[in-house]
Amino acid sequence: MATLELIGFGSTGWGAFLLLGALLTLCVTATALAIGAVLGAIIAAAKLSSNVVLVTTGHIYTTVFRGVPELLIIYLIYFGGSSAVTAIGQSMGYEGFLGLPSFAAGALAVGIISGAYQAEVYRGAYNAISKGELEAASAIGMHRGLRFRRIIIPQVLRLAIPGLGNVWQLSLKDSALISVTGLAELMRSSQVAAGSTRQYFLFYIVGGALYLILTSLSDRAFNGAERKANRSMPASAMGQA
Amino acid sequence: MDIAFLSSTMVTLLKAVPTSLILFFLSIFFGGLLALVIVSMRVSGNPILSGFAKGYIFVFRGSPLLIQMFLVFNGLAGFDFIRHSFLWLFLREPMFCAVFSLALCTAGYSAEIFRGGIRAVSPKEIEAARAIGMSGFLMVRRILAPIAFRHALPAYSTEIVLMMKSTALASLVTVWEVTGVAQRLISQTYRTMEVFLCAAIIYLVLNFIILQAMALLEYWLSRHRRAVPQALKA
Repeated sequence: MATLELIGFGSTGWGAFLLLGALLTLCVTATALAIGAVLGAIIAAAKLSSNVVLVTTGHIYTTVFRGVPELLIIYLIYFGGSSAVTAIGQSMGYEGFLGLPSFAAGALAVGIISGAYQAEVYRGAYNAISKGELEAASAIGMHRGLRFRRIIIPQVLRLAIPGLGNVWQLSLKDSALISVTGLAELMRSSQVAAGSTRQYFLFYIVGGALYLILTSLSDRAFNGAERKANRSMPASAMGQA
Repeated sequence: MDIAFLSSTMVTLLKAVPTSLILFFLSIFFGGLLALVIVSMRVSGNPILSGFAKGYIFVFRGSPLLIQMFLVFNGLAGFDFIRHSFLWLFLREPMFCAVFSLALCTAGYSAEIFRGGIRAVSPKEIEAARAIGMSGFLMVRRILAPIAFRHALPAYSTEIVLMMKSTALASLVTVWEVTGVAQRLISQTYRTMEVFLCAAIIYLVLNFIILQAMALLEYWLSRHRRAVPQALKA
């Protein structure tokens, strides 16, 4: 069967190439999620603070990065970043164009977008912590740092899992847009395989199926994590989740 | 700051706004219709229909829109029987391909949002409608649909904003909407940041208008939840 040979792992098959692309998609999404976690935590803290400037800055960040098309943000970071790097290079006496590595630019762009969504997830999780627990912590004399580390962080992480699952799925699909910068992740590998064999339909279907496998496996992983994080919670409190 | 360049860029980009809006409205319209079909299959109780709807939702929510768009734009053209049928009249138009894939994709997400709205209709309201003798279509039209739509509205406004942003992908299948024109401008002027920032502002303004319109709609539809005027309180 010619079709099986094309998507197989033989010398004429594109199977390994596509799987490598899928792996790169996972790597770039995981990096983006990590970047987004840091940015999201900072923005959430800013939005929860009582300082007007910080609150406004946080608000502008989430509005802009949730309101501008992802493709445009990726272009902005990739091309804008490259011209910035080129300018720095020229000031140091380096001739010619310097490109930003597409993995770094892509992960940064998706991470910045993911940060805007993660900020809302963390903010919601923080607001869901029962005020009584915070009062109890203060009442037994926990100072701010200890209260943050022992009460707030574990609770926020537990309550944030479902929202983080959604953000992960979003980023996984956004990462397909990084293909425009030439990074050979799953979308780009499917395109390359489709273009060089002229079998567009076949390879886009296979690429799409690999995305479906990635999204459903990660859905399962997040459900498992949610169960695990909630294992010490009373059943009645879980009913609402 | 080169004000002259920025304003001429803005003018060029604004000329592409109608294309973006056409993409947006057509795909919201057809996607919404399709979502109604999918959600009725999903809640029909018939295992085959609801199985199909589940599969549809899984496929279109689980894979990136870009791959769906390329599948329609490049993939379908690979079949001779499609190239030789009347479908080719449509499928060779990038605009049609973009609207088609945007609508297919949003239908998957919207169907789930509508299902959430339907689940939020209290069984008592359905019972009450049945008790006064409403049945079938009349009950859906007067009771189920309005209540479900009201519940689904906040989530649906998010989906609509996502759709506005998704129209940017049409530039990758050669539709000259705002992002596509911005890219073409950059290849002529090499002024990346200025052009993309102008485009970003246009999208932000469009999304702001959409969100305000949805908030207004929500306000109109929630008259029952607003405070009762003092004079009417018994």
